[in-house]
Amino acid sequence: MQISSLVLLLAFLTLLAYRFGRGRAVRLVGGPRGVRDLHSLPSYYGALAAVWCAVPSLVILLAWQGFSDRVLTHLTVQSMPASVPALPAAELGLITNDVRNVIRGSVPPASASPEIRAAAATYQSLESAARAGLAVLCTLAAVLGGFVLWRRIAPDLRARNEVERLVMWLLIGCASIAILTTIGIVLSVLYEALRFFGKVPVTDFLFGTHWSPQMALSADQVGSSGAFGAVPLFAGTLLIAIIAMLVAVPIGLFAAIYLAEYADRRFRAVAKPLLETLAGIPTVVYGFFAALTVGPALRDLGQMLGLAVSTESALAAGLVMGIMIIPFISSLADDMITAVPQAMRDGSSALGATRSETIRKVVLPAALPGIVGGVLLGVSRAIGETMIVVMAAGLSANLTANPLQAVTTVTVQIVTLLVGDQEFDSPKTLAAFALGLGLFLTTLLLNIIALKVVRRYREQYE
Amino acid sequence: MSFSNDTTLKLDSRPEVPRTVVANASGEMAAGEEIKTATVGQVTVANPVMSARTVNVHYGEKHAIKDVSIDVANNSVIAFIGPSGCGKSTFLRCLNRMNDTIENARVEGLITLDGNDIYDRRQDVVQLRARVGMVFQKPNPFPKSIYENVAYGPRIHGLVTSRADLDEIVQTSLRKAGLWEEVKDRLDGPGTGLSGGQQQRLCIARAIAVDPEVILMDEPCSALDPIATAKVEDLIDELRENYAIVIVTHNMQQAARVSQRTAYFHLGELIEVGPTDQIFTNPRHRLTEDYITGRFG
Repeated sequence: MQISSLVLLLAFLTLLAYRFGRGRAVRLVGGPRGVRDLHSLPSYYGALAAVWCAVPSLVILLAWQGFSDRVLTHLTVQSMPASVPALPAAELGLITNDVRNVIRGSVPPASASPEIRAAAATYQSLESAARAGLAVLCTLAAVLGGFVLWRRIAPDLRARNEVERLVMWLLIGCASIAILTTIGIVLSVLYEALRFFGKVPVTDFLFGTHWSPQMALSADQVGSSGAFGAVPLFAGTLLIAIIAMLVAVPIGLFAAIYLAEYADRRFRAVAKPLLETLAGIPTVVYGFFAALTVGPALRDLGQMLGLAVSTESALAAGLVMGIMIIPFISSLADDMITAVPQAMRDGSSALGATRSETIRKVVLPAALPGIVGGVLLGVSRAIGETMIVVMAAGLSANLTANPLQAVTTVTVQIVTLLVGDQEFDSPKTLAAFALGLGLFLTTLLLNIIALKVVRRYREQYE
Repeated sequence: MSFSNDTTLKLDSRPEVPRTVVANASGEMAAGEEIKTATVGQVTVANPVMSARTVNVHYGEKHAIKDVSIDVANNSVIAFIGPSGCGKSTFLRCLNRMNDTIENARVEGLITLDGNDIYDRRQDVVQLRARVGMVFQKPNPFPKSIYENVAYGPRIHGLVTSRADLDEIVQTSLRKAGLWEEVKDRLDGPGTGLSGGQQQRLCIARAIAVDPEVILMDEPCSALDPIATAKVEDLIDELRENYAIVIVTHNMQQAARVSQRTAYFHLGELIEVGPTDQIFTNPRHRLTEDYITGRFG
């Protein structure tokens, strides 16, 4: 039996359980008129029956999906000639791979050796037997679960409370998936980063000013040892982020002030969504805009002024990144400014303050926490942004504060380290994880600060 | 030298209501002034700080204020009463042009402050509001320290040059508002950390700090508990010595307690104006009487 039809069958059984559970609850109290004698609404009894029917069989199904392949492979290997199970793991892996290819039909069966073909046949017969068993088991579990609950249904069964507790567990489950994923990512990055720090000292990474992650393929090549000083990368990241924020903060903030305080309603209704579509443009589009339009334009402008501007420059990348971040800042700042109660503005203008005085001295201070939150969010974006800098900032790890030169950023280096065929145990590849960890910690810190700022000042006005 | 009431009352009134010439408070006649008004009672006073003549306010299609004429006397409290939506707050906000910020509001008629038209094009709204202060229904201190709340007005109007002067103004304003003793040790604490009644007195101190001539109060006690209300009412009575006060209130006892004159608004029209005790004991218009006696409102 196919898994999909089994799932359909289970869904049908669940529906049935709902009907029966609900029906039994109503019947126990003598029809719909007696529903008030039930502890909960009849649908809660139905829902509880459905859950009892569905959950045990789903657990069995998931367990089978998770483990069946390993178990079946093991059994198949055991069934092969005695020499095979004793092989070392790597060779065993090759054989099982062959078997799988035959089963999947990706190699013509004729080309495989008779042993492999036999093993494939064994695997398939084992699998179909297991599937049949699974179908029976699941159906049984569903029916049994539903039946047990069906028996338990009585007017004083607290079905609503039980259903609500189950809903709570569902919510807890969803919340913990998000948290566990984050923890998982952090741990895996941390693990690889630690491997990197086993090969390259932490101090070299944190304080070294030379970045040249080329590793030789053989020991006698020129430049056989790479240099992993991350300072130029973080400096480049910082430089570009600062340029981006210098563009985004004033423009975003002033745009928000105009939209929130001065623009009339019709203009705002058009302009605000337009501004926010800036956030919807894919960063790769910004990237080639930066690389093909802004970069060359800056270079030409520099030539006119007698400045040496490289085509790929921190300035070009920072400017375009700034434009990308404008909507984040303007949108958040706008929300915060409009959230400042009208009473504040009235109070100020009733004292004879002009509109701009009111904005400067009352509205902006009151909206400050939200604005700071928006700015820090923008900084996080700027630090983590990859596509624009890959295309427009260059790859050379210069340690410079001159925005007219090409620099490189942490994200760019992660991309270049991991793109293409790589071996996953050389310092070159592992360096990406160390960089990733550094980046993660930086943005995490910024986010924590942002949250703190917002939370601290949130209750300043009513 | 006389002025007369318009004899065609738009709202029904008792036939015995006198529709003849009404003398003003001091018995004198306003010099050469003729007011066309449907209002019963004493619309004018001698030497008014502010006067409104046939003021009309439209919000888009809605005719919110209809031909209102009234004087605001110096060193006294005038209360605007009337059912919800009768236009008393709208009219109050015309007196310092707070309606300017509302997009489709249109104000017609003449409103003067010391004889100068406040809606004149040459009138600076900033100066006007420095002379006609306002206290709102809900206490709205700025999210700043108590000191900064009071110092805000003097600062933006450049009234002070030194920190000492500013300290002085803050202290006197807080004293006048009866708040000094309660907050003198926590001037740097947030204004929003005060209780509701204290916040409202802080807002009054804030208004006093720019030394206005008139203080408008829009239901200043409706968000306060009875004790805080009593304090604010006492304060209003004290402030009368130095300022003209216009107070909008829903609370008729309050109007009776704090005001010398009372004006009754109904559906955008000013029905009756008179000395407070007369309005409450012997209203001349049936609508006023109905409202006072609680038949509606």
